[in-house]
Amino acid sequence: MSVKVKPDICTGCETCVSACPFGAIEMKDGKAVITDACTMCGACVEACQFQAIEKTIEATGPAKDLSAYKGVWVFAEQHKGSIASVSIELLGEGRKLADKKKAKLSAVLVGSGISSKAQELIAHGADAVYVCNDPALEHFNDDSYAAVLTALAQQHKPEIILAGATAIGRSFFPKVASTLYAGLTADCTMLDIDDATGHLHQTRPAFGGNIMATIVTPNHRPQMATVRHKVMKPAQRDDSRKGEIIDVKYTPSGPVRTKVLKTVDELTETVNICEADIIVAGGRGLGSRKNFLLLEELAKVLGGAVAATRGAVDEGWIPYSHQVGQTGKTVCPKLYIACGISGAIQHVAGMQSSETIVAINKDPDAPIFNVATYGIVGDVTEVLTEMIKKFREVRG
Amino acid sequence: MNIIVLVKQVPDTSEVKINRETNTLIRDGVPSIINPFDMFAIEEALRLREKHGGKVTALTMGPPQAAEALKEAVSLGVDDVVLLSDRAFAGADTWATSYALSMGIRKIGQYDLVIAGKQAIDGDTAQVGPETADMLGIPFIAYIRKIEKVENDTMVVERMMDEGYDVVETSLPCLITVVKEINQPRVPSLKGKMKAKSLKVTAWSAKDVNADENKLGLKGSPTQVVRIFPPAPRGGREMLSGSVADQVAAVAKKLKEQSLI
Repeated sequence: MSVKVKPDICTGCETCVSACPFGAIEMKDGKAVITDACTMCGACVEACQFQAIEKTIEATGPAKDLSAYKGVWVFAEQHKGSIASVSIELLGEGRKLADKKKAKLSAVLVGSGISSKAQELIAHGADAVYVCNDPALEHFNDDSYAAVLTALAQQHKPEIILAGATAIGRSFFPKVASTLYAGLTADCTMLDIDDATGHLHQTRPAFGGNIMATIVTPNHRPQMATVRHKVMKPAQRDDSRKGEIIDVKYTPSGPVRTKVLKTVDELTETVNICEADIIVAGGRGLGSRKNFLLLEELAKVLGGAVAATRGAVDEGWIPYSHQVGQTGKTVCPKLYIACGISGAIQHVAGMQSSETIVAINKDPDAPIFNVATYGIVGDVTEVLTEMIKKFREVRG
Repeated sequence: MNIIVLVKQVPDTSEVKINRETNTLIRDGVPSIINPFDMFAIEEALRLREKHGGKVTALTMGPPQAAEALKEAVSLGVDDVVLLSDRAFAGADTWATSYALSMGIRKIGQYDLVIAGKQAIDGDTAQVGPETADMLGIPFIAYIRKIEKVENDTMVVERMMDEGYDVVETSLPCLITVVKEINQPRVPSLKGKMKAKSLKVTAWSAKDVNADENKLGLKGSPTQVVRIFPPAPRGGREMLSGSVADQVAAVAKKLKEQSLI
């Protein structure tokens, strides 16, 4: 594959220079020149109004036989026996992809004492569930989880494998992809099957959410992707659905070199903020721990979770596990109420995909209002006190 | 204790702005920096060296100008640097990048620990750490916020999870990725800056690290970017007006209508 400028057509307008996300186009003697930094993404090809840039795709090596790979798999993540909501959402999306490919949807469930959960995965759309139930799998461990999934994928050759873009999914999926020489795309927000090629189109944000990139894996299988919370819609639960449950024996592929000595849950509530439909978030603008408690009260009224900016976490008002943004978690709830948050790009990167955003700030020019659906200008403690009163009234 | 730190030179994405008319990134004047998460990796490596002795080597893959990132690492106190730079590496996805880095690490030779930041801020994939570990055949642990102890051939660390944290024991050598909670990175010393200034960075090519060309760069990458486009703009925003009570009442009405509250 290569991207080339046709110098005889190039007008030297420089549109491509600014269109290149990688800064890989320079002007030389009034013509665009593509440098070594090019990743062949093709952004310049679309940007050029004169069709002066051409992307050609050459076959890379002998075409591999990909036809042996069939079916869509979802890694069903569980924490202490309950299935992660993102896995249920992925079964909804996986069902759509499998139907489009006219293939089977299977789930892979790994853990200890989890066998009874297999039926729940079938109810949410799986045709089959591979259950690997072993006391040695009680805690998440990169070595053992990767060994289970790698062996299953080598044996059954799925075409697509999806997992949640969670701490667990993002940790062990790359190990599996590395061993299988598979393509892996992180943090997808959109998946689709290309009608012409049948490849999985995987779209994800990059550059702190400033651009979107669509990625394919043309010559390798399986096609693996992690997907963020709340992006996909779960299928309606149907307990009458029938499916096959396949027990898989756990055989470590080698010595397990890491051991979990202790697990500590440190959320102040039971809600993982990634799974919450409503999030009330606060920043330094709240001024004190005492004011921060107002967020908790509002969250309680709405049945939501409390999140924070890095600034509020640094102040010690709430543990890091509640932090949203580039150095924290990425969330996309139905409703995000940003209280006393200025809207630094690092925070916005973690919440801008929320469906509805209500922003409260005393400064009408605060950047948070650029991503807000509704903006309230006012003193944050005053607004919060009023909201608690009003929302309680509305909810009856 | 010999430690290898993986660093990446990235554009400072917090400085990247969007041209709203053309919907393209404005890169002019955007500085190249060491990936901020890698700064925590460098700091942790230096602290381990101060405690246990040994040597810290910074390794990066990139175009020749990535040498600047390595010079900055030296100004912070890193002992040695390695730049992997070759046209054959261009266009690499995380798999092919990890392959190149793993071959670079093999050539560096004896090491007890490899540290990297939890992810790079331009790609945000968090894949190169675990894939490199797999190719080296060493254990991997992500999201480390604390190294509790290093003893003989084992290490005990705290790993951040979505619900809290795990305390994990691992054998050495291993590869870990670190989060910002782990430390407060130092600033360069004057001595370090002088050393960095006079540093000549030599680049290793694909051949130098005995890499299989078929597994490098675009050719070796399972994934390919087929399209880049700006995110869909958010729908129009509405600024409310009036007293606090009026504004809150207006929002409550709208949220209620959409069944959000």
